[in-house]
Amino acid sequence: MNTAPTTDNNAVRKHDVRPELFVDGYEVVIGIEIHCQLNTESKIFSSAPTDFGHEPNTQASIVDLGLPGVLPVLNAGVVDRALKFGIGVNAELGLFNTFDRKNYFYPDLPKGYQITQMANPIVGEGYIDVVVNEGEKNEYPKRMGITRAHLEEDAGKSVHDAVDGMTGVDLNRAGTPLIEIVSEPDMRSAHEALAYIKAIHQLVTWLGISDAIMAEGSFRCDCNVSIRKPGAELGTRTELKNLNSFRFIERAINREIERQIDILEDGGKVVQATMLYDPERDETRVMRTKEDANDYRYFPDPDLLPVRIEQLTVDSIRAAMPELPVARRARFEEALGLSEYDARILTGSRQIADYFEDVVAEIDQQDAKMAANWVMGDLLGALNKDDKDIIDSPISAKQLAGMLARIKDDTLSGKLAKKVFGALYERAGGDADDAADKIIEEKGLKQETDTGAIKAIVEEVIAKNTAMVEEYRGGKEKAFNGLVGQVMKASRGSANPQQVNQILKELLD
Amino acid sequence: MSELHLLSTQQLITGLQDKQFSSLELTDHYIKRINALDSKINSFITHTSETARTQAKAADEMRVQGDKRPLLGVPMAHKDIFCTQGVLTTCGSKMLHNFISPYDATIVTNIDKAGMISLGKLNMDEFAMGSDNESSYYGAVHNPWNIGHVPGGSSGGSAAAVAAGFVPVATGSDTGGSIRQPASFCGLTGIKPTYGRVSRFGMIAYASSLDQAGSMGRSAMDCAYLLQPMIGHDPRDATSIKYDMPDYVQDLNDAAASAGDKPFAGLRIGVAKEYFSKGLDTEVEQAARAALKKYEELGATIVEVTITDPEITLATYYMLAPAEASSNLSRFDGVRFGYRCENPKDLIDLYTRSRSEGFGPEVQRRILSGTYALSAGYFDAYYIKAQKVRRLIVKDFEDAFANCDVIASPTAPTAAYKLGEDLDPATMYLGDVYTIGVNLAGLPALSQPVGLTSAGLPIGLQLIGQYWQESKLLSTAHLFQQHTDHHLQHSTIAKETV
Repeated sequence: MNTAPTTDNNAVRKHDVRPELFVDGYEVVIGIEIHCQLNTESKIFSSAPTDFGHEPNTQASIVDLGLPGVLPVLNAGVVDRALKFGIGVNAELGLFNTFDRKNYFYPDLPKGYQITQMANPIVGEGYIDVVVNEGEKNEYPKRMGITRAHLEEDAGKSVHDAVDGMTGVDLNRAGTPLIEIVSEPDMRSAHEALAYIKAIHQLVTWLGISDAIMAEGSFRCDCNVSIRKPGAELGTRTELKNLNSFRFIERAINREIERQIDILEDGGKVVQATMLYDPERDETRVMRTKEDANDYRYFPDPDLLPVRIEQLTVDSIRAAMPELPVARRARFEEALGLSEYDARILTGSRQIADYFEDVVAEIDQQDAKMAANWVMGDLLGALNKDDKDIIDSPISAKQLAGMLARIKDDTLSGKLAKKVFGALYERAGGDADDAADKIIEEKGLKQETDTGAIKAIVEEVIAKNTAMVEEYRGGKEKAFNGLVGQVMKASRGSANPQQVNQILKELLD
Repeated sequence: MSELHLLSTQQLITGLQDKQFSSLELTDHYIKRINALDSKINSFITHTSETARTQAKAADEMRVQGDKRPLLGVPMAHKDIFCTQGVLTTCGSKMLHNFISPYDATIVTNIDKAGMISLGKLNMDEFAMGSDNESSYYGAVHNPWNIGHVPGGSSGGSAAAVAAGFVPVATGSDTGGSIRQPASFCGLTGIKPTYGRVSRFGMIAYASSLDQAGSMGRSAMDCAYLLQPMIGHDPRDATSIKYDMPDYVQDLNDAAASAGDKPFAGLRIGVAKEYFSKGLDTEVEQAARAALKKYEELGATIVEVTITDPEITLATYYMLAPAEASSNLSRFDGVRFGYRCENPKDLIDLYTRSRSEGFGPEVQRRILSGTYALSAGYFDAYYIKAQKVRRLIVKDFEDAFANCDVIASPTAPTAAYKLGEDLDPATMYLGDVYTIGVNLAGLPALSQPVGLTSAGLPIGLQLIGQYWQESKLLSTAHLFQQHTDHHLQHSTIAKETV
């Protein structure tokens, strides 16, 4: 298995050169390391819980605290999740993988070393297909290489503002399982970097192996950036550390590219360094240079035995893998006849896709487009406004499907359906699967389709609005719409609009 | 009751069962001896006499109520490398001079469950690094046979406490010979079991891939009694192995019951010339050879085997053990527990001074050499090379065991040296020359007494067994002890009555 770190500048694979991406004549080369927390209930080497947001040092066991004599024991759930990821990125799996110690001193690193995988990672070479500038005119697909992904434990946190004049240490995060995903230096712009990071983010949440909440630090990115004249040897890279929002990633990379170009244009040399991005001043700053880098003295952790994974285990995980976003999108387009745009929105997360499929399962497949419109437009719109996820939707898939059935059988007009939807969202029908029907019944929102009844209303409107009738007959087409409006009003919105049109025409013409 | 401490563990168990004495009387007897005599030996760092008396009373009551656990109410003591909840655990270091562990090591829990009573925590070389017990922050331990001599190390407090008659048995730990060499120096039997047999959870790590806890007593049977509750798979230690659970005491009794005039008929004892090499003291060699002769008389066959040159083994050990130690001891940084220097200027100062002031010279020496061996540019030449040699050492043992059942050698090249003898580290490391190969291979081995020097200091014979064959080793020593009386000799201090 390839164990070369991503930052090996000779590891660049063959690439289509895209001159349109050059910045001031420089080609940008970016490699990315993503630290993604795995969502096991307990930590990677202890039974302490991994919950976020508790009082400092309440989620740390004696193992996480690194007390004398304690020993790590590997959480099997972590291995399963890593294998899912490996399968998800089409990778060679490390069926024999081992843990190493990375030695350095830091107050939030309790043992004085971090347990990680250096020599034999659990996930080897793989790739992920992404769409760059997705949804834009200049979108294009690209395959991004993944060098490796390995398991490791997270460190704790130094807290600088809790105790006056002192630094506190919170070890709640210590021992939280991480998978570090190392890319090939395949990205050629901030947009490509972002597309890659978003694709990985979508994959890990899709697979259900990580909550990947950037604001909580459960999904963190380091970007290695270098520039070169096209065709030249790779330039010296710098590493942008701990980027924790999609917005800042793009800005930070672009600032760093500009900084490096300025240096080279001024005849200087880029110095290998770790950089921090300051969003307030929108600039990158040197945190430390290679000179003060640690010698980590990696060696195999003697407290942990090598992990041997049976092919059988891999096979059963593979069999249980969910359909991945790209495949699901293709199926939505082909089997359900959705547009590329619709399919993309509906596969934005696995929860959205699952919800949509649950709706479709209840209705005629030919009506998938209608279902798509309601899910994407009304439902996601309302949820978005309330800052809610689809799993917290007040309307169940069955309830939405029930409403769609009433549209389909003409019980509801579009307008009435909006009312029913609103009531469903307010949970007027309660939990019942036929909530839509209940609402229609209770609120009398049934569409009037009885020709006789509609005709009676139309006749009444014609009698009451003689001026408007004259206008229409005098050639003012607009007046017709006014009459339709009056009929709808008189029926309190329940009359079937097509029938109203038809009957009105018959009586006037 | 002055003779209680001269009884074997089996005799103590019988005495308790037959109500010849109570656990409280027994415990008080040992406490009295410790209080009167340990000032000469310095084998204890922490006394837990009061808890011990409470436990002894409780044990007596449980016995009345029909509790049949054999070790119920039998006293013992722990090497201070094992974490004990609510009780100071120092590992012989200033670094942990104030460390009260919030948890028990697995073996401590297990020994508790067996009903044994702990009289306290025993002195040791700092972080188990040393062969003479002079590196302890709590001062050197004196050999109960001659208080001008060292007891050996690193389990020197354990060996001295048993040899002095302060406890019948004690726990120890063995990374390169730290149970066997002090057993040899103090005239005891001590066993280091197969790596993975005893949980390391709660045993403060020196070199994780070599460390293994074991038992020390005055006879093989005493060792068997204490080892029994220590063994077994522990889900909290990933290197602890699930394996058949023998009943050592039963095995030894069975072996004795079925033994005839020639109890060792069919036993092939491997002897390697590499283990009778230069630097071996004449008296030690003579006693070892005499013991082998006795084994032959009792039916064993001596076969010649070849094992790795001890000097290569020694070099391999002193590459790997410090490398692991340098990493294992990183957690002692003055941040969360243990010693912290006064008024640190900044973080680096906190680390540097806490570690410089908290660790003694031998520990610092090993941390530095281990750090060097792991550092960039030297890792392949030292650490990786040593790991490869380690594999060859394992293979040499495997080849040797194709031709014999156990391998015998002197435990240490000499008897106990004089206290304060200023050995340079390299010379001191030579004291481990016969014991460390066992740790590198993960094999079980024991040391048993086979005589005294003309100066009256004990000499030990080491028996090395194949993986998981602690029973074989213990019964080989036990049958020998049925026909000899080396293990029945008492140290000067043990003979003192109080």
